[in-house]
Amino acid sequence: MNFNPKHILGIKDLSAAEIHFILDSAASFKEINSRQIKKVPTLRGKTIVNLFFEASTRTRTSFEIAGKRLSADTINISASSSSVVKGETLEDTAKNIEAMHPDIIVMRHSASGACDYLAQRLKCSVINAGDGTHEHPSQALLDVFTIRQHKEKIEGLTVTIAGDVTHSRVVRSNIYCLTKLGAKVRVAGPRTMLPPGLEKLGCEVYTDLREAIRDVDCIMMLRIQRERQGKTLIPSLREYARFYGLNPENIKLAKPDVIVLHPGPMNRGVEISSQVADGPHNVILDQVENGVAVRMALLYLVSGGEPLQQN
Amino acid sequence: MVTVAVEILDQDGVNRALTRIAHEIIEKNKGVEDLVVIGIRTGGAYLGEQIQQRINMIESVTVPFGSIDITMYRDDLASRGHLAVGQTDIRFNLDGKRVVLVDDVLFTGRTIRAAMDAVMDLGRPQSIQLAILIDRGHRELPIRPDYVGRNLPTSRNEQIKVDFDEQNIPRAIYLLKG
Repeated sequence: MNFNPKHILGIKDLSAAEIHFILDSAASFKEINSRQIKKVPTLRGKTIVNLFFEASTRTRTSFEIAGKRLSADTINISASSSSVVKGETLEDTAKNIEAMHPDIIVMRHSASGACDYLAQRLKCSVINAGDGTHEHPSQALLDVFTIRQHKEKIEGLTVTIAGDVTHSRVVRSNIYCLTKLGAKVRVAGPRTMLPPGLEKLGCEVYTDLREAIRDVDCIMMLRIQRERQGKTLIPSLREYARFYGLNPENIKLAKPDVIVLHPGPMNRGVEISSQVADGPHNVILDQVENGVAVRMALLYLVSGGEPLQQN
Repeated sequence: MVTVAVEILDQDGVNRALTRIAHEIIEKNKGVEDLVVIGIRTGGAYLGEQIQQRINMIESVTVPFGSIDITMYRDDLASRGHLAVGQTDIRFNLDGKRVVLVDDVLFTGRTIRAAMDAVMDLGRPQSIQLAILIDRGHRELPIRPDYVGRNLPTSRNEQIKVDFDEQNIPRAIYLLKG
């Protein structure tokens, strides 16, 4: 397998074999996280800049820990404390950071396509940590890694993704990732939260959550983005919770060994009830744990130099 | 150019060398107390398992065996792309243990340097010893093996190939010229 990407911008550009290669690499890195000394010298001397123009705790911490466990030097820049608030453009900010010779920039930005834009203009590697409503590749990879850990395969599974599909980059990356690996994907949510053309991505669309989760292997609940458009798309959170919240009653419709994923942060009592979030089916903290391993794999893979000439 | 393969050891030869190494390990350590065998993936792991089985048979004990992947510890990652990382599988504590590292071919010594770093990250062994099936010379680091199957002077552009069957049992060793 010959996979030596310069950037990781989205799942859309990856093949099934490349995704499996990333997941297999992540499995190797996972072992480090359970050691007493959680550090290997792999990326010694490399500099990683976490450039976050949007709030993030999980993803940023995960990337930072991943970099540190590989012995890279990681630096965090968040929008609130940067020159962005002084009116600098994205390209200027990035060019200034690049002048300090980082090896990898991990970026989150509110504009879809911001990472592609930078990747075309910078010499260093760019990893997309979420751009607008476009993609969030590391999240999809850790979701699939977690599913694979529990179900031992992806092919042939049925996965339901439910919630605010329109504004979720996690959904888009996950649809690409799961369908490429041979899973059947169902998406569910109120009409106002389902964008047109979902069928073209190869998934089935449901507006009834109970129908959508019948006999499925995995359920992935999405967060209602209260800080964004959530308010105007649904009448009330209580009504949403009643029709689209996962609870101990409706989860019985799924397979008995169903697993429940959530990319976090959860709105307990809205899209997921506490009984489910803490119940036996949840693998939510496994996702977080696996996130570090998956991000270690991504940092490692973009750091490979030119392939050696075959002698 | 045509590559010529010369057989260095046949299956019986490999087996005798591994059996002798197993005896030497037991003799040098005056038994098997605190002894653990760790093979360097992938060839060294297969051979390490063979050596462990022989020690178990000779002493009627079970010596712990693990395998280690050293990709993350390499010093040439910048110049080598797309190296797949393998899995380290060591399910026992290394503190105070006598670790016998096993690899198939000893060449520059850089792999062993990386393996020693990897072992040290997993614990604090009492000692690390090195068992090698073929020592082909050309060391670039001050590393020497404690147990050697066969010393084989080679030129730098030659290659050693250890051939394993489907059950990962060593079948023969070849010197590839050209």
